[in-house]
Amino acid sequence: MHRKLDYPKMLIHLFFIAVTLGMLIPFVLVIMISMTDEASIAKYGYRLWPDSFDFTAYRYVVQSPALLFRAYGVTILVTVVGTLLSLLTTAMIAYVLSRRDYAYNRQTTFLIFFTLLFSGGLVPYYMLMAQTLHLKDTVWAMILLPTLVHPLHVLILRTFLRTLPMEIIESAKMDGAREYRIFFNLIVPLSAPALVTLTLLVSIVYWNEWLNAVLFIENDRLFPLQLLLVRMMANSHFLQTSTVFISGISFDNAASFPVLSARMTIALLAGGPMMVIFPFFQKYFVKGLTLGSIKS
Amino acid sequence: MAKHRPGTGRWAGVGRFAKKRWTVFQKNKELFALSLPAVTYLIVFAYIPLFGLVLAFKNFRFDLGIFGSKWVGFDNFKFFFVSDQAFLTTRNTLMYGAGYLLGALAFALVFAIMLNEVARRAAKTYQTAMLLPFFLSWVLVSYVTDAFLNHHEGYLNGVLRLLAVEPVDWYLVPAVWPFILNAVYLWKTIGFHVLIFYSGIMGIESEYQEAARIDGASRWQMASRITFPLLMPLAAVLLIIGVGGLFRGNFGLHYFIPNDSPFLYSTTDVIDTYAYHALRKLGEIGMATAVGLYQSVGGLFFVLFANYAVRKFSADHSLW
Repeated sequence: MHRKLDYPKMLIHLFFIAVTLGMLIPFVLVIMISMTDEASIAKYGYRLWPDSFDFTAYRYVVQSPALLFRAYGVTILVTVVGTLLSLLTTAMIAYVLSRRDYAYNRQTTFLIFFTLLFSGGLVPYYMLMAQTLHLKDTVWAMILLPTLVHPLHVLILRTFLRTLPMEIIESAKMDGAREYRIFFNLIVPLSAPALVTLTLLVSIVYWNEWLNAVLFIENDRLFPLQLLLVRMMANSHFLQTSTVFISGISFDNAASFPVLSARMTIALLAGGPMMVIFPFFQKYFVKGLTLGSIKS
Repeated sequence: MAKHRPGTGRWAGVGRFAKKRWTVFQKNKELFALSLPAVTYLIVFAYIPLFGLVLAFKNFRFDLGIFGSKWVGFDNFKFFFVSDQAFLTTRNTLMYGAGYLLGALAFALVFAIMLNEVARRAAKTYQTAMLLPFFLSWVLVSYVTDAFLNHHEGYLNGVLRLLAVEPVDWYLVPAVWPFILNAVYLWKTIGFHVLIFYSGIMGIESEYQEAARIDGASRWQMASRITFPLLMPLAAVLLIIGVGGLFRGNFGLHYFIPNDSPFLYSTTDVIDTYAYHALRKLGEIGMATAVGLYQSVGGLFFVLFANYAVRKFSADHSLW
């Protein structure tokens, strides 16, 4: 069988192959830097294909994994607790607002959505967290984000819940169920698809959060991944001066520490897993977009 | 207030009124309790900070506290507005915002229509590649840009050296940054925007496409006469929503990607980074609050305008 060549289609494919390369080459560069010998970097700079591969940087990081493990631990803790708290409060308020028969619906809706229009900004929030609540150098400083209850997430979920037939709730009430039971036993399972999407959105926010960490965390035992990356970027000798990192390795020669490739190695190990995991959730992402756009 | 009725005591009406309220509350108290965590959270973390805005009009001293510090009128606004800082940061915020918005929408629209021309599976592969950087934080992206732009080791300067061109210290040249920041923004977010438009195309009634195909429309005609116009409402809504957020700068992008280089402030500083510097570097609490207040008020107008525009255009997408 002979098919006519489809030139426009081929052009489109060529175009997207070029785009894909453009998206991927930056990652390739970072990966290559992490595997390049420090002397080679000093001589030729960063290159897409080093003349000899060298895993010294990885060896150092593996020898002293405490710094990275600890940062992973903090980030995971903050992400899990933050996402759970955020989802629970958001689901509860969204359920209440989805009930048109709730007597204080209008007032509560206003209270939630006004925060989208006007906010105090950085300084008042900073003062509240640091001066009033004394949350500096606690994990709570990274969990109690201004966006823990996000009006748009409430809106998405409320919209979804309003598509559920009211009769289910009515009949549960007839059976004598209290609102708490209706919420936990009925509403939460029914809204699982919407909650999965929200979990994805919220956990990305927590995983990538850096501002609160920069503002409130000084203790390097509480550094999340992002703050580790911030500090390492601001100070290229951060690793050599970090006691947590240094204590794990035996320096034969301090001068031979691969400053540049080790930085990229840590960046890669900190960000890589995210990039492998999240594309799998792409379809929930699409779902979230469509959820947000339906409005009864 | 309850009406005063003849023959009853003055307080009886109030009593009845209170009683009625109490019955309403009794009926709703379970739902009220469910709403409490979120409501309390917002009161503490969104409403109480509003009182802190008085700092914009005070000369804050730690020993005197927020309410003990002296009032200074509009002094905190003076430096920001009398110098060219207010103009510069506002201009940067709005222009970059407009650039990001228009760039992302235009590219994503074209990309999505083109993706629609290739097989589903190929389209999905390209999409995944484009979506990869979207999940990274700006901090992490700054490692990638540093790998390209670093003065000594950067890849770009390596290429320049190969071409026998003098290397450039990009972090010292303000003029190139509008291009760099727009390119980086596009790289990180294009996948997300393509995803929006692509699922928009998937949602278009295929009857139109069927009918056009039967009438013998070419693929180019179908894309330009059917898919493109049918995506316009979505594009318009995204545009208007984007306009609502124009007064908010992209803090992470503008803070990390230029490496916070002071030499670049003229073309990279946005209101958010300015307020952050005022707070963290200068410790100018009053001025930082004033800048934040300015941004909140400006942002309010943009949101109100955007919501007004959405309501005119497509009531389904307005916030209220």
